[in-house]
Amino acid sequence: VDAGRDVHAVHLVRRGGGAPARLAARSRSDDGPPPLIHDVAIVGAGVVGTAIARELAQYELAVVLVDAADDVGTGTSKANTAILHTGFDATPGTLEARLVRRGHELLRAHGPRLGIPIEETGALLVAWDAEQAAALDAVAAKAAKNGYTTTRRVAADELYRLEPHLGPGAHAALAIPDEHLVCPFTTPLAYATEAVANGVELRLRTCVTGTSRAEGVHVVDTGAGAIRTRWVVNAAGLYADTIDGLFGHARFTVMPRRGELVVFDKLARGLVRHTILPVPTATTKGVLVAPTVFGNVVLGPTAEDVEDRTATETTVAGLASLLEKGRRILPALLDEEVTATYTGLRAATGHADYRIFFHPDERYVCVGGIRSTGLTASMAIAEHVVEGLRDGGLALARRARFVEIRMPNLGEAARRPYADAARIAARPDYGCIVCHCERVTRGEIVDAAHASIPARTLDGLKRRTRAGFGRCQGFYCLAEVASLLASATGQSLATLLRTP
Amino acid sequence: MSRVVVIGGGPAGLAAAIELRRHGAGDVVVLEREAEAGGVPRHCEHPGFGLRDLHRVLGGPAYARRYATLAERAGVEIRTRTAVTDWHCPTTVATTSPRGVETIVADAVLLATGCRERPRGARLVAGSRPAGVFTTGSLQQLVHLRHERVGRRALVVGAEHVSFSAVMTLRESGCEAVAMLTEHPTHQTYAPLAWIAARGVPILASTRITAIHGRERVEAVTLADGRRLACDTVVFTGDWIPDHELARRGALAIDGGTRGPRVDQGGRTSAPGVFAAGNLVHAAEPADVAALGGRATAAAIVAYLATRRWPATVAIECAAPIRWTAPNALAADGPPRDLLYRVDVPSDGTLVVEQAGRVLARVRARGLMPNRSLRVPARCLRPVDGAGGPVRLSIA
Repeated sequence: VDAGRDVHAVHLVRRGGGAPARLAARSRSDDGPPPLIHDVAIVGAGVVGTAIARELAQYELAVVLVDAADDVGTGTSKANTAILHTGFDATPGTLEARLVRRGHELLRAHGPRLGIPIEETGALLVAWDAEQAAALDAVAAKAAKNGYTTTRRVAADELYRLEPHLGPGAHAALAIPDEHLVCPFTTPLAYATEAVANGVELRLRTCVTGTSRAEGVHVVDTGAGAIRTRWVVNAAGLYADTIDGLFGHARFTVMPRRGELVVFDKLARGLVRHTILPVPTATTKGVLVAPTVFGNVVLGPTAEDVEDRTATETTVAGLASLLEKGRRILPALLDEEVTATYTGLRAATGHADYRIFFHPDERYVCVGGIRSTGLTASMAIAEHVVEGLRDGGLALARRARFVEIRMPNLGEAARRPYADAARIAARPDYGCIVCHCERVTRGEIVDAAHASIPARTLDGLKRRTRAGFGRCQGFYCLAEVASLLASATGQSLATLLRTP
Repeated sequence: MSRVVVIGGGPAGLAAAIELRRHGAGDVVVLEREAEAGGVPRHCEHPGFGLRDLHRVLGGPAYARRYATLAERAGVEIRTRTAVTDWHCPTTVATTSPRGVETIVADAVLLATGCRERPRGARLVAGSRPAGVFTTGSLQQLVHLRHERVGRRALVVGAEHVSFSAVMTLRESGCEAVAMLTEHPTHQTYAPLAWIAARGVPILASTRITAIHGRERVEAVTLADGRRLACDTVVFTGDWIPDHELARRGALAIDGGTRGPRVDQGGRTSAPGVFAAGNLVHAAEPADVAALGGRATAAAIVAYLATRRWPATVAIECAAPIRWTAPNALAADGPPRDLLYRVDVPSDGTLVVEQAGRVLARVRARGLMPNRSLRVPARCLRPVDGAGGPVRLSIA
């Protein structure tokens, strides 16, 4: 293995077998076929489903993870504000409050080992008028109720020393020193990669269409054949209510809350050190300005309830309203170029808490209503779900050997291949920058195309490497990046570009 | 022996490097991040390159190869696949290439990093994010370098020179241009080029694209007037922005109009030892204009290497509708060059050059068109007082 430390484990896994299904088979017994009956089927390979898969992968179980999309983490997981929340503003006493707090701890503890970029910035909750300044004490008190006591009130003069580019008129702020940044792309990929490395079978492009029971097990019908399984975990995100309905439940409806965001050029990164949060009001958490682990600055989100679960368009009005708010928060931001805009749909349900239900009698678990806090809470949700499965009768025997993986680093806070002399010396492809805006090398693109969960699309490649993610949006590199991915994955350029 | 590092191996960088060798500037190293030097002309198949600088008519790829050959013959060291990743302004650069990570210390640096078209995101076009959205740059590389077909029915956003080049590239690839779109009242290229290139493609004037629709692939777009146009491809053309990342990271003074580093007629920036030329300082001009601009910096670079002097300059400011001039500063210790300038909206009138309330020159300025440069002749700048205040350009 000449690819260096970061992908060492991934390569080891690939030596053990090719496709995930074969890996799964091998890890159960040396030469047996895939099981006729799985122990657990997880529906939905977002950050929640993949975290649960990874947690279950520690045990001697036959687990299958299915998703209708062609990659992991393509729904709500990929389009959010990418903040590692402390849970300071959660509703005290809720499951969400507890799991966000625990999830923060777990991601801080395990994220670095998994190669998940986390950047420690802290946040400042800025009060823009006297009323908001007066509300800061209540925010601090609520944080304390949530077990977070390290908030600190910051007076205006100190605030402007900390954030000299902040717009005029701020009265005071509340510092939340542990509100950090996390990579929303690497997180589900890391979970899924480690799950697959430990025998979980990943089935993408597999849409669940119905369920029934036969001989005491679930038969989950999919567009790609039936899956027989003892347990089903529903982590279907925006479609969690639909899957819940297949099991005869009608207790919540996902009402997607659309959030539009604007990503600014990396040249804006010097304008802001912390995440700048607004004081929450009764109606909305408001618009924030946050750095990203990639070195950009993001402005958003809007909050608009929509019916359509595929309505990931940005709107003229939404973008205009964000820019207007951004101008007040950080005026110089508006002088910088916009790199991209995107929209995320949060899986809101109208309920103030996560919708997690255990039905041991039906051998079914519903993990619904996981809103934007799900990225932070993911590992804690997984822990909670697996405890529930155990309490419901699922026998958990630890695997003798657990394969640890480490994802290639995408974050600016740690060294990336283009700057790593030793890695380039070992493999000159890491010195061959192909995507210049994001400094992605040919070596990283080839690695992503050959990973155990390979990049098969240009979007998948972006999430794994950042290629094409930058300010030129492919002006310089699209042809070369797409050609590299096409030849590495045996697809045509027309397929990758979806040329009609 | 002195060493000059040229960052960017396009027409401006290569032309400057060749001229520097002719002036005996010592080591001249061109750092080019792509696999081959030559810059954007490498993927511009249309003819018309080389007229003003090489006195011949070439296609883009031949022009690019010609410059690379001339540079090699002149003894320029071209390092391809070598990206500048960090810059300790003024003259130390960090590079990454398959050979490894290196630091190069130079006596002078010329930035010739060029420009790019604003992509969809930078133009805040709303809607979904399907495949099938390109810039002319990505389109030309796919069609001319990879011989790829990109779609069947394309909307071309923009109606400036490059937009017509995009129409020709689309046609060559078997993709029909269903319309061109411009926010201005007319297209902004030369009538014959428009006639030859567009050949019946309707130009929708005074409108904008506001949203793109389609899930996997572009299906339609919405225009500002509410119209919906069916197409499977959208090409964003023109609307250039300099690739000024290094200039910004090096904290060079940036001109508010060009958004490139402020430069005088010798390409001198605000940092002694650092020069800039080409489409980094005037995004975007044809390759030969960029090359001649690069060539014109060589004398100033050589003079700096000999004397280490950095002359004082007066700023050149402009009033609306003039968007920018290049260069945008004037050093008193040498003759001025022609200035390029551009306007925001179609304009007619007289260009007035003033300094401290004193009119230095008036030039007729008829039929000014956005996205098309005009020249202020050097003679208009000869009366400038090098110790006086800023020079001001306006349209009266």
